Amino acid sequence: MGGYTIAELGSIFSMQAFAGLILFSVFVLMALGLAIIFGQMGVINMAHGEFLILGAYVTYVCSHVFSHWLPWAYPGYFIVAMLLAFVASGLLGLLVEWALVRHLYHRPLDTLLATWGLSLVLQQVFRSVFGAREVGVELPEWLMGSLSLSDTIQVQINGLFVVGLTILISVGTFLLMFRSRWGLQVRAITANRTMSGAVGINTRKVDALTFAFGCGIAGIAGSAFTMIGSTSPSAGQLYIVDTFLVVVFGGAQSLVGTIASAFTISQAQSTLEFFLSGSTAKVITLLGVIGLLMLRPQGLFVLKVRK
Amino acid sequence: MSIYNIDITRRQLIKMIGQGAAASALFGTGIQSAFAASPATSAINTTGLAVTDTTVKVGILHSITGTMSISETGSVEAEKLAISQINEMGGVLGRKIEFIQEDGASDWPTFAEKAKKLLVQDKVAAVMGCWTSASRKAVLPVFEQYNGMLYYPTFYEGLEQSKNVIYTGQEATQQIIAGLDWVIKEKGAKTFYLLGSDYIWPRTSNKIARKHIVDKKGLTVVGEEYFPLGSTQFNSVINKMKLKKPDVIYAIIVGGSNVAFYKQLKAAGVDLTKQTLVTISVTEDEMQGIGGENIVGAYACMKYFQSLDNANNKAFVAAFKKMWGPDSVIGDVTQAAYLGPWLWKATVEKAGSFDIDKVAAASPDVEFKGAPEGYVRIHPNHHLWSKTRVGRARVDGQYDLIYETADLVEPDPFPKGYQ
Repeated sequence: MGGYTIAELGSIFSMQAFAGLILFSVFVLMALGLAIIFGQMGVINMAHGEFLILGAYVTYVCSHVFSHWLPWAYPGYFIVAMLLAFVASGLLGLLVEWALVRHLYHRPLDTLLATWGLSLVLQQVFRSVFGAREVGVELPEWLMGSLSLSDTIQVQINGLFVVGLTILISVGTFLLMFRSRWGLQVRAITANRTMSGAVGINTRKVDALTFAFGCGIAGIAGSAFTMIGSTSPSAGQLYIVDTFLVVVFGGAQSLVGTIASAFTISQAQSTLEFFLSGSTAKVITLLGVIGLLMLRPQGLFVLKVRK
Repeated sequence: MSIYNIDITRRQLIKMIGQGAAASALFGTGIQSAFAASPATSAINTTGLAVTDTTVKVGILHSITGTMSISETGSVEAEKLAISQINEMGGVLGRKIEFIQEDGASDWPTFAEKAKKLLVQDKVAAVMGCWTSASRKAVLPVFEQYNGMLYYPTFYEGLEQSKNVIYTGQEATQQIIAGLDWVIKEKGAKTFYLLGSDYIWPRTSNKIARKHIVDKKGLTVVGEEYFPLGSTQFNSVINKMKLKKPDVIYAIIVGGSNVAFYKQLKAAGVDLTKQTLVTISVTEDEMQGIGGENIVGAYACMKYFQSLDNANNKAFVAAFKKMWGPDSVIGDVTQAAYLGPWLWKATVEKAGSFDIDKVAAASPDVEFKGAPEGYVRIHPNHHLWSKTRVGRARVDGQYDLIYETADLVEPDPFPKGYQ
């Protein structure tokens, strides 16, 4: 790297570290909802990407509603949109669990097929309602641009927002899972479904809520992604591969594993992208993940489960 | 056939036409008079295409479901508009155009299947269709085997030429070279950073751009990178560009990645009103998804912008909005798709026949003076002579025309020295 001053290199490296941090946050947001459902219930939700995009479309609708009828509240619309995205995706999750998934708990492979079909149906619904083209979601002024920490170091405001949101949601999820009555029941069911039922836990209800909660988090993530990515009927497909990668690599039943794996993959990818090119970085990251999964098929972290 | 005022079966019809032909041969009287001004079907359709005395069938073959429907919807709309306008003017050789629409579903084997259906089963006289190079490559053997005529609207990488295809979009050298010359002269650009999505069109286009920049102009390419289709993370490459400080970012990123790229560029504090960025992949269609505020100031190099100030274009934009809603936007490819039915009509009328071989042979030098982009003419290599233009993105999602070539640029799908 000849010809650059130490200061220039320093600022690029700090910005690059921040780029890695953003990617990490995005991965965690994408994967958390899937990890909850996959890990706790053993259901592979192929329609996860569409739940994300539902959140994005809710945000799009919100931005229009606010700019037309509530212009004075426009700066705050994004927060409202995220809450509504959580509610919308959560409710849809509840419906899907009730109508589709609960009939298939004993046939995990069929849930794969059923939710994949669901993802196609949802994509076509989005297309019919919002049109096939991408829609642009306008951001309020305060989320745009970057903070200049020095002459050469700029930090994206929406990046900071995503990082903050990720911390908030992760902490919230952990409190729910490990400090609440509901979380205790979820973990009990994960460990032994029959026994949990025998001691009086309403496994039906807990399953439904878990599924809805996972989908709701996907909705929030989708809402946040309108800041960095595109909103179109099939945009969910852009995220689904990375999401599965993170969840499987982390060990399906461990939320800590999901976060650790998101961190490993994001740092590897963003560093490689800097020194190599985009496509090559992706290939090397994928090869690394495949190699590690061959050595350790259960993923990074494993939870002991009574079979 | 209402002059006979009776219902007739197909067999009777054939018999009557036969008798008519015999009669006209015997007595030297033209049977054409029975069909008003339009020529006899038997004379203008010798290969069994779906042409009757009053109608002619054409196919529309685009993705209206799946990923590519984002882009292809505009093309379908433009083709339907052109067809309805042609019908209002009395059709082609006195026949109204009826279209059969098939969905390629963003899946290349499906495109090939549907193309075969249109040609073999429906016997359409022409097909307006395809968008991605992958779909065109999939249908090409079908069109060549069953001898069909395809009007293909997208700007593409070149390196192809077929008797059975008319390319109404620009090939790569038309789109790239004039734009590069402009930015080198106008902005004094010396260093370039080439970016693209990882598939054939961006790679071939950047190869041509690199040859032109390095070999012909003696300037420098400081970086060249590709991202998987659908990639949504560009922060690393943005940092790299900040380090290398190129005079020009040359971006050929497509689809959902586009949105992510420009949003992240903006968020990273790269102001495109100060940093020169030239793209050949963002039309007004894509700008809707990206959001004008994220791309304002960027330069796009193509042959058509919705804002072009000429009488043809004003009429076209008004008609398009009347048919498809006041919020419609029209990008380069949509306009090129609009040219397809018109060029086909002009060619059929020049050939005096719907026969594919005659249409293909008559195509060179067919011109269309009503083109929204101005004037176009078909080159013997089945591509179009067209002007190349540079536009600058506005915050409302439109382009301001900055520069256009003085003359039509010759299409050169197999450019020497650029391969």
